[in-house]
Amino acid sequence: MKLLLKYLPWFCLALFVIEMVMVLKPKADGEMRVAEFGRLPALLNGRVQPLDSVARNSLLQIRSTGDVPLEFVTNRLGNLEAYPGWKFWHHPKKLRSTEWLLEVCFKPEVADTRYAFLIHHPDLISELKLGEKGVENSGLRYYTYNDLKPVVNEIITQAGNVPREAAQQTPYQKQVLKLANGINIYQRLKNSIEPEGTTNFVQLLADYQATMPAGIAALRAQQTGGEPDQAALDKFMAIARVIEAAANASYPRVVPPPNPDDRDAWANVGASLLDAIRNQQIPPAVTFYARMAKAYTDNDNAEFNSAVVGYKNWLAKDFSKEAGKGRAEYYFNRVKMFLHATIIYIFAFVLAGGALLAYGSWPTASESFRRAAFYLIVLAFLVHTAGLIFRMALEGRPPVTNLYSSAIFIGWGACVLGLILERIYKVGLGSAMAGLAGFVTLLIAHNLALGGDTMEMMRAVLDTNFWLATHVVVVTLGYASTFVAGLLAMGYVILGVFTPVLTARKDLNLSQALTKMVYAIVCFATLFSFTGTVLGGIWADQSWGRFWGWDPKENGALLIVIWNALILHARWGGLVKERGLMNLAIFGNVVTAWSWFGTNMLGIGLHSYGFMDAAFKWLMLFIAMNVTLIGLGCLPLNIWKSFQSNDTTPPAAPKSADRESTPEPAGVA
Amino acid sequence: MLTRLYNFFSSVKLAVLLLALGLILVFWGTLAQVKLGLYQAQNDFFRSWFIYWQPQGSGLRIPIFPGSYLVGFLLLINLFTAHLRYYRKGWKHFGIALLHIGVVLMLVGQFATDMLSVESYMRIREGAASNYSESNGRWELAVVDTTDAKDDKVVAVPAGLLVNGETIQNPELPFKLKVLAYHLNSTLSGKQADGLEPVEAENTASMQIWWRGLPKETRMNYRDIPSVLVELTEPGGKVRKMLVSGHMNSQALTVGGRNLKMDLRPERYYKPYYLYLVDFRFDRYPGTEIPKNYSSRVRVVRPESGEDREVTIRMNEPLRYAGKTFFQSSFDEVDEKGTVLQVVDNPGWLTPYFACILVAVGMSWQFLVHLIGFATKRRTATT
Repeated sequence: MKLLLKYLPWFCLALFVIEMVMVLKPKADGEMRVAEFGRLPALLNGRVQPLDSVARNSLLQIRSTGDVPLEFVTNRLGNLEAYPGWKFWHHPKKLRSTEWLLEVCFKPEVADTRYAFLIHHPDLISELKLGEKGVENSGLRYYTYNDLKPVVNEIITQAGNVPREAAQQTPYQKQVLKLANGINIYQRLKNSIEPEGTTNFVQLLADYQATMPAGIAALRAQQTGGEPDQAALDKFMAIARVIEAAANASYPRVVPPPNPDDRDAWANVGASLLDAIRNQQIPPAVTFYARMAKAYTDNDNAEFNSAVVGYKNWLAKDFSKEAGKGRAEYYFNRVKMFLHATIIYIFAFVLAGGALLAYGSWPTASESFRRAAFYLIVLAFLVHTAGLIFRMALEGRPPVTNLYSSAIFIGWGACVLGLILERIYKVGLGSAMAGLAGFVTLLIAHNLALGGDTMEMMRAVLDTNFWLATHVVVVTLGYASTFVAGLLAMGYVILGVFTPVLTARKDLNLSQALTKMVYAIVCFATLFSFTGTVLGGIWADQSWGRFWGWDPKENGALLIVIWNALILHARWGGLVKERGLMNLAIFGNVVTAWSWFGTNMLGIGLHSYGFMDAAFKWLMLFIAMNVTLIGLGCLPLNIWKSFQSNDTTPPAAPKSADRESTPEPAGVA
Repeated sequence: MLTRLYNFFSSVKLAVLLLALGLILVFWGTLAQVKLGLYQAQNDFFRSWFIYWQPQGSGLRIPIFPGSYLVGFLLLINLFTAHLRYYRKGWKHFGIALLHIGVVLMLVGQFATDMLSVESYMRIREGAASNYSESNGRWELAVVDTTDAKDDKVVAVPAGLLVNGETIQNPELPFKLKVLAYHLNSTLSGKQADGLEPVEAENTASMQIWWRGLPKETRMNYRDIPSVLVELTEPGGKVRKMLVSGHMNSQALTVGGRNLKMDLRPERYYKPYYLYLVDFRFDRYPGTEIPKNYSSRVRVVRPESGEDREVTIRMNEPLRYAGKTFFQSSFDEVDEKGTVLQVVDNPGWLTPYFACILVAVGMSWQFLVHLIGFATKRRTATT
């Protein structure tokens, strides 16, 4: 047993290190080099990204998942259903994002049979009479494009009648808009590389080029009033119309700029082919894509691979930067560092929790669990940090640019603080807090990412790395440290009320340790939130001429500052002792959560990110939980398991135990 | 008694109470924005001494909660007296004093900003210049004498003086001006409709106009547009009625051989220099409509000193000139060939910068002192 406990930490660490190595090491491509295709760069949403990101973000908007499952089971009612999640050993086949994109572009008739569309609202499902069709997965229903085809027009008509302001839309109308948007993206994706309905793109290009000289001559003649060669004109125009339709309906711009100096001038395939009329030259990128298209349709792996590699080599000449960005972001998409960090965090949290529970009763096991948790937190932190830095490099931005990245950064900041606390007080509290904070924030981030691209371009006012690096980073650290204080205080109440752990050992009294931790973290939180908030004011003064405008997001930040200042003054003034401090710190969770998410739900002001209905429910739940804990924290001490025995000093008692709360306000030092 | 008062005002309990009041105030004021709009909520909660409750249908205004001025003012007293009472010398407590001075500076600076800062807007088209900015909420009745082709003479009556039944006289005005009806917000119409009254005035006789007063606007991005019906009495005794409105262009009239123009327009602030708009740019990210940047290339020309230089005003990079700050605020949405600059005159704009530094340094100081003390204690404890 002893030996087992001794090696447990190293075993846990080794397990996850091996997992990470497996994940991070390069993967071999399949017989058809699909991954290589997914790495090719394109321009969408104002930024160059790999086709894989185009596919993923489109799928997220259409289906709210990053891939498309292919295997289903028939349930008792005779309907198709996804494999239940608890059968984790069964890996149903699925299309990865790039594979799905290839189908949509080159075999649309196959793509139309995939369950790619999510419809969330039961009323909408019955309104569109789709109840009989589709597949179900954990209460959500998915449909193929073929299922939707008969009602596409109705969906688009309904979407046209939805009021524009998000605050006035009903959940039903939002769902209609989302579905219409998904259909639009899907239809445009079909036209993004070859015009929809093309059977042989190589042939089409050849015909286009062959008919072009005569066709253009005829067109000129027609315009100048001469006698046009009608047959040549008709032949050429028939193809040109197909291409024009694709030009108007495409989604990403996949053709690099004709002039490498003008790096923003990417075009879609259709537009670049229309442009080719001027110099009668088909852009090389289009020729490569045409070969890929034909080879994919013909299931000709060798030809597909040769076209992809040929294009890749062609890009290396003038567009190596864009091709490199494509490769890097593809890798980032594939390894999913934040997902793996999330998994390690939750394991570490469980281990650290075990360490805390065993703290008084079984010190050897407690120390073993604590070590294991600590090693895992360090590993998770490294993976988290790597992801964070990778993202920053891809975006060329400081870590926080939107709500999604703020969640990732809050988790990261909490983890830093947890590691420091764990180094000072080697009891597992820091690791438990870091594990929980890391897990929850990354989970929140994961859900925020379901909306689509998380690396969107920064709108004019926000397009300043200086203020993003100062105000946003500092204020987010303020959020993080306030949460850390709140989480530690939650730990105090839970451990204190339900377990004897807080006062279990004489050599290191956890209740005193926690008090010092919470106090110190609140001090940090005050510093960060104040400085960050004022920096935000100064940014506002720089960008629209007023330091403070009482905008909801500004007020939210101010609330955190006021609350932290209140905690510190209440403590210095002797108004609260140990438990009071904890209860105030728990309420800090409520204040911070409201400021972080609640203010965005007001749907007003310069900072609002849009109305998030689903998140509202969770916010209320979180607040309710904190209020419950405060209620528990107010219970008389003789109910607390940790303070029941006679030989422990209750925290509210004599002065000597409470040296830190000298009644003078200057008592910080 | 005095000692008790002193003890009360300097107590940490009061500080905690005031912080709690501030917390409630800010939260309440934020929620109120959903209903009242940002501007009205600002005035009610954050630019007031009290928050009032007005029972429906009565003229009563009952103060029910301290406003932000009162909370801030009491906090200031608390800060001062507490420092007198608890001030301790030595580098160990230096940070406390420093950070609280920062907080004082912040509170005083914001109060000064509320009282002193003036915001206005300057609209310039490409290839044109402007030497004045316009207020966003204050209006004036301007009578411009254009008889001398070279030099316009302007008499401007602030809209605040336009009170129904009042008569306005000025030696520069060739007539007595009596206010018959003034609406601080109004609508004009060429058609009869419910609630609208016909306007009988000389300048509208040919076109028939109906009008109606509207309540003060509280919504964001909307503003009041006033209209006024005035009666002009010339020295000869001739009386005429004129309708002047923010909805209408300036109205021309001749009085005693002088050519006049009357206009109800946003208050203008003239400057001894002018800005010439060379180019306005609205940059978007490639392939999208997402704005990347807005910028105005302007020439600053000051005839009296011969100054003439070009500067670019863009998002996050305002022009600070002659005590004013010019921000890129908006643009002409029709053709993107005109700019709107926000002009802010705020003598206290630097206070938050200093306050931020003082508080940050003070807090960091204090925490470092704390941390060093903690670390030494632990070291001595472990050895």
